[in-house]
Amino acid sequence: MKLLQQFGRYILMLSVVFTRPNRWRFFWKHTFLEIDQIGINSLPIVALMSTFMGAVIALQTASSMESPLLPDYTVGFITQSSTILEFSPTIISLILAGKVGSNVASEIGTMRVTEQIDALEIMGVNSLNFLVLPKITAALVFFPVLVVFSMALSMFGGWLALLVSDLTTTEIYILGIRSFFNPFHITYALTKTLVFGFLIVSISSFYGYYVKGGSLDVGRASTQAVVSSSVAILIANFILTQLMLLS
Amino acid sequence: MIEVKQVSKSFNGQKVLFDIDHVFEEGQVNLIIGQSGQGKSVLAKCIVGLYEADAGQILFDKRNFTEMDRNERSNIRQEIGMLFQGAALFDSMTVEQNVMFPLQMFTKMTKAEIQARADFCLDRVNLAGRNKLMPSECSGGMQKRVGIARAIAMNPRYLFCDEPNSGLDPKTSIVIDKLIRDITQEYKITTVVITHDMNSVMEIGDHILFIHQGKKWWEGDRHSIINATNPEIESFVYASSFMKEIRSLLQKKAQ
Repeated sequence: MKLLQQFGRYILMLSVVFTRPNRWRFFWKHTFLEIDQIGINSLPIVALMSTFMGAVIALQTASSMESPLLPDYTVGFITQSSTILEFSPTIISLILAGKVGSNVASEIGTMRVTEQIDALEIMGVNSLNFLVLPKITAALVFFPVLVVFSMALSMFGGWLALLVSDLTTTEIYILGIRSFFNPFHITYALTKTLVFGFLIVSISSFYGYYVKGGSLDVGRASTQAVVSSSVAILIANFILTQLMLLS
Repeated sequence: MIEVKQVSKSFNGQKVLFDIDHVFEEGQVNLIIGQSGQGKSVLAKCIVGLYEADAGQILFDKRNFTEMDRNERSNIRQEIGMLFQGAALFDSMTVEQNVMFPLQMFTKMTKAEIQARADFCLDRVNLAGRNKLMPSECSGGMQKRVGIARAIAMNPRYLFCDEPNSGLDPKTSIVIDKLIRDITQEYKITTVVITHDMNSVMEIGDHILFIHQGKKWWEGDRHSIINATNPEIESFVYASSFMKEIRSLLQKKAQ
């Protein structure tokens, strides 16, 4: 019952978020700030994670390939498909749920408990639209960029690991990466990313905006935001995979 | 002038405000006083629309705020300035940007005009030249003054101050009180101050509403509150030993 109530409140929040901004100039300015805050600032962690995960995927695949019937380029192919289909869109989104989600929830939550949101409302500003819409827009614009960046680095990491370990050659790895490439998988991955980006920012904003109490409650809201957006990502991942790959 | 008619408010089935009727006069500092937890802040938040009253009407110069939709309320709110208990400055903006914010958001003033208005407001609260400070670099008293500067930036018709002296030393409190009184008289605005500070009551209380157990218990001015015989008011006014001493001195003088 409480979950249903929360969901209803979340939908009502979104109906207020998606209204015309008071001033477009402020909206664009905030959107660019948010792209920097939640997008560009996430580049280092995404780069680090992607390079190492790509390397590990490639090494694990190479180590478990014992059958001589499997062609050499299989390692490149598996690295490519697991990166595009699952690792970059889903795992990176889960990492971003932790980094961006807690940041958004604690920022908005702190504004709530220090009455900054009340101050906006008193001035006549639609605080939800003012605070949340630029964050959602920034996520929708920049998360796909992060995921494409992650895909490239993951495959680069795989190549580097295989080369250093002398398990394959560059030509064979590239052949593997290009083998059976399905462009629809990129559409699928980017669609997932857009949905995940929206879920992370909107759910985290929801927990931050409706926080009550003090700093402890902001911390609690931040944790709840990360947990809930991670669960939402996993559920959405399952539904989108059913809808886009199997139907 | 703000009229409050039969306003009630409950939280989770617990009634906090009981049919409050009151008029906050223009050009005067109207105080809402009472002990903590009696409903002062709830009443003020109902008036400005941060809480929705369960029943009753709130009229801003005969305009019924309770029946307005979000857009109409937004227009009225541009006529309201509010100083929050913790100042509620936007901590990612400088002092100057805080003051400029409502002007940039709601007016069509040029950059130069906005700058001039912000400078004027900061000068009015004796903060000229502090434009580039961040809120975290300001003392409590300075933050309150920036809050006042931001509240008056749009030339409001109504000014709300929620415990403007909380956390301030007595000397700074007097500065803030004087500022509120001067601005009220200068711009002929309707000012509503929520406080439980007796110094403020005696300093600026033109018109006082005493709330007790969510009900309107008493109204009067700073002169009449001293002689009020109501036991709840007496225990509030003469709660400190300093005030008790003053009372005994006054009584001795009268004899």
